[in-house]
Amino acid sequence: MSNSVGFKDRLSERMKGKKTRTFLLTLLVVIVTLLPLGVNNYVEEVMTNTFFYIILALGLNIVIGYAGLVDLGYAAFFAVGAYTTGILMKYGLNFWLTIPIAVIFCVIAGIIIGGPTLRLRSDYLAIVTLGFGEITRITARNLKITGGASGLVGIQRPSIFGHKLYQISDFYYTFFVLVILAIIVSLRIYHSRLGRAWQYIREDEDAAEAMGIDPVKTKLYAYMIGAAFGGVAGAFFAVKMTAISPETFAFTQSAMILLAVILGGMGKIPGAILGAVFLVFFPEIFREIGQMRMLLFGILLVIIMVFRPQGLWPERKN
Amino acid sequence: MHAMTVFYIIIQQLVNGLILGSFYSLVALGYSMVYGIIKLLNFAHGDIYMVGAFVGFGALGIFGGALGIGWLGITVALVISMVLVGLLGIVIHRVAYQPLLNKNAPRMSLLITAVGVSFTLFNAVMVMTSGEYKAFTTSLGYDGISVGPVNITYTQIIMVVATAVLMLCLYWFINRTMYGKAMRAIALDQDACRLMGINVTKTISLTFFVGSALAAAAGVMAGVYYGSIQFYMGFIIGLKAFTAAVIGGIGSIPGAMLGGLILGLLETAGTQLPFVGSAWKDVFTFGILILLLVTKPTGILGKSEIERM
Repeated sequence: MSNSVGFKDRLSERMKGKKTRTFLLTLLVVIVTLLPLGVNNYVEEVMTNTFFYIILALGLNIVIGYAGLVDLGYAAFFAVGAYTTGILMKYGLNFWLTIPIAVIFCVIAGIIIGGPTLRLRSDYLAIVTLGFGEITRITARNLKITGGASGLVGIQRPSIFGHKLYQISDFYYTFFVLVILAIIVSLRIYHSRLGRAWQYIREDEDAAEAMGIDPVKTKLYAYMIGAAFGGVAGAFFAVKMTAISPETFAFTQSAMILLAVILGGMGKIPGAILGAVFLVFFPEIFREIGQMRMLLFGILLVIIMVFRPQGLWPERKN
Repeated sequence: MHAMTVFYIIIQQLVNGLILGSFYSLVALGYSMVYGIIKLLNFAHGDIYMVGAFVGFGALGIFGGALGIGWLGITVALVISMVLVGLLGIVIHRVAYQPLLNKNAPRMSLLITAVGVSFTLFNAVMVMTSGEYKAFTTSLGYDGISVGPVNITYTQIIMVVATAVLMLCLYWFINRTMYGKAMRAIALDQDACRLMGINVTKTISLTFFVGSALAAAAGVMAGVYYGSIQFYMGFIIGLKAFTAAVIGGIGSIPGAMLGGLILGLLETAGTQLPFVGSAWKDVFTFGILILLLVTKPTGILGKSEIERM
């Protein structure tokens, strides 16, 4: 017994080593890069979907994990991004130019949602964000410019350096690059002055305020940056799917992204990634049992929370 | 428009709003009670309402043959649904929430657990009903009192009366019985209650029972009133009931009743406004919620408290 513990310790010691970690990460990147060569379209599709949720989970992780704010309407940002790109492309704008506009719109949406509500208690924040999510969806369904209930169809595929993105492997690599960018941005922010301010507020708002951190402003930044992630993801989602409809952005979507972050463990980048992977893979693996899988999912969620309230792979507090 | 016509429209909408408000109030009560006692936003409460409607539907199917599908059958179905769903509430509390409360888990985890419970109930009913609408057939007609073009059916009157009776019972229970006193005490200070020999866990379970039973009653009545039920009927009403609870002041029992009625009336009034209409009515409701939370987060009857999470 003591032997196995010793082995475990040595193993975790090894894992902590910078060299081993770099090696494992490189290996992972290489495997993911080469994966499309060896697998069929289905696996590529699932992986692309996973990448997409990883980006969203990382974005929401900034709001929930870093700043400790609840957001049950994250799909709203993703919707704003997708619709902005979809509509602007209908008017003939180049896809790559729509991305900054989508991001700006999302940040504005973040300010609109966050501005009045961030002073509220967290449960109220939960319900207000949920309400905003619903408002966004209903607005998309009722407006003409968003195509009403049937949504936008026939969104053009973008091209990069003369290469048109249309095959599944094109999107596989596009989203993979986005995931890497999202991870880098997340890491950089986490260790920045702003990142530390978020953690401080999350742990003790009064103390943070006493140290000269403006909580409302700092929280608002979390909303804005989280929204920007959603906007970028939404823009790419629009061109990948070529069609978007209001129901894509229903509450279930927000709940899914939230679950990815919480399941993985709040505040930790590998945790958010793990959560997103679990979230996409779980229904795929259990495709056989049809609708039962969502039932199983709900039960599993309760079980995980009861036994590991901090998530599967939580941030270590030091 | 003729003045009389406007008057009739107002009366008719008042009645509609009152009915809608009754449903909101009953669901909001459960929300508010649970929130008051353990500060949990019981996200699954809307789904409890939905399960209540289905249990009532099942009970009416079983006993409808013997008792008929008139008021007698419906009352029996209502009571059965209230008891069974109340028990379900206890099970949910014991299995999903109490372990987290024991561990003193972060409130975010509790909220997620509630989302998980909601998912479970929602999908369980979807699987069992294959996602279909069920026609809630009763033999209640459209007889009623007519004043000019305004028609108020007996069903509507009975529903409002039934809601009022349930609320009076609740009011009596909370304010005049020992159990109610225990609930109020726990909402104030759990640790002190433990020292005074109150069984806190049991009392919380009881709160879940009462709240769930009221939601079930609302579910059955909504089924009877609208004539059809489906598995996603709980989602929106859960949100609306929360809004109602917040309007009245969350944690306050009279607040939840008042909030529900106000919301029901506002919403029916909203659908009559030219720029709102039925397409935008949910936006209107959430708009009210957000406006209220920003301007007066304690609600109408709520006590202001300073709290940090």
